[in-house]
Amino acid sequence: MQVAVVKYNAGNVYSVLNALKRIGIDPILTDDAKLIRQADRVIFPGQGEASNAMAYLRQHGLDEVIRSLRQPVLGICIGQQLLCRHSEEGDVDCIGIFDAEVKRFQPAMHQEKVPCMGWNQLRDVKSPLFENNSYVYFVHSYYVPLCNETIATADYILPYSAALHKDNFYSCQFHPEKSGDVGERIIKRFIEL
Amino acid sequence: MGLAKRIIPCLDVKDGETVKGTNFVNLRSAGDPVELGKLYSAQGADELVFLDITASYEKRKTFTDMVTRVAQQVNIPFTVGGGINELSDVERLLYAGADKVSVNSAAIRRPELIEEIANRFGSQVCVVAIDARFDSDGWHCYLKGGRERTELNLFDWAREAQERGAGEILFTSMDHDGVKEGFANEALCHLADSLSIPIIASGGAGKKEDFVNAFTQGHADAALAASVFHFGEISIPELKKYLYNEGINVRL
Repeated sequence: MQVAVVKYNAGNVYSVLNALKRIGIDPILTDDAKLIRQADRVIFPGQGEASNAMAYLRQHGLDEVIRSLRQPVLGICIGQQLLCRHSEEGDVDCIGIFDAEVKRFQPAMHQEKVPCMGWNQLRDVKSPLFENNSYVYFVHSYYVPLCNETIATADYILPYSAALHKDNFYSCQFHPEKSGDVGERIIKRFIEL
Repeated sequence: MGLAKRIIPCLDVKDGETVKGTNFVNLRSAGDPVELGKLYSAQGADELVFLDITASYEKRKTFTDMVTRVAQQVNIPFTVGGGINELSDVERLLYAGADKVSVNSAAIRRPELIEEIANRFGSQVCVVAIDARFDSDGWHCYLKGGRERTELNLFDWAREAQERGAGEILFTSMDHDGVKEGFANEALCHLADSLSIPIIASGGAGKKEDFVNAFTQGHADAALAASVFHFGEISIPELKKYLYNEGINVRL
């Protein structure tokens, strides 16, 4: 099983690599189109700012590479957001797998702090990858609204997409690599898809 | 429901070993911060904090190596602090795999450090730790682990830290720390209600009720403790069950 983790300018990917190693996978971290296309599974992780990340991906042709993939792909956090059509963050067109518009949280009450940082429950789970009502770890200021591709929701300020699925593309807004044993099971199930 | 209230054990690390003794007899090496961190994680801790209290510059590598091992073996977020003076320290620890760094005295001496961290890595990695004590004319911030008093007011400094890009405030009341009679709930509440970033309560945990009060009266987003966990006076599974029964949103 060859797992490629997409290397680009979006933050710390070492926690994803460590999480894969913990379940016995020896991943490759790469921005090489050939290696990404050849991999059995592709993980598209990230933290960072959307428009800078998209500029980097375009410059390296990685947006096209990701769009053309046919094996299971898992986008994490900003990875999920970049798989959408457009992001409000830096007003940028993204890869466009999911037909959704990434928006910034608008806190309605003082108790609702942005970034949303901490453990929240998954609801309305419609995929065997995830466990309904389980707590997972989120860190984000932008969110994907509910849409046709939503396969799990979370509620913070409003209900939004915690995970998405279309064809071979999966994504989650939370960090499975930091979500304890629940998160480890999610990564394992993705690998075993 | 919103986010779960977090329970955070804090481990003091000196020369790569945990400092405070523990009575986890079944742990092969209670002195190994990685083993202890894994145990707390398995018990349901929501996050971990590792504080480097090593005095010497040469031992920094030992701490960085420990951070690498924690990142390899622990599957929940963790923060590291102690001895962070400049951006290069932050880079070294984040590249070793830490999720967040906590800055204390260095940020008071040079507040621009907060902006530098936030601009480079994002606010979510920047925890500003504040040690403060209530003197006759209000809450004062202290430097160097509480050894040096400043004229800086707790609430003013916390607000400035937020404006400069801090992602969280870790507030330790020196008056409550070690006394085990509860957290500084009044000051916590004032911080939590006046700021828009999460507040971590620290100093004063003695009983399970103290945690409830930090959340209900102090409006804290997270509560940190050391000795009550290390000495087994409160176990994390028991604490979380108690909090749940008291109506607090916790991750079980």
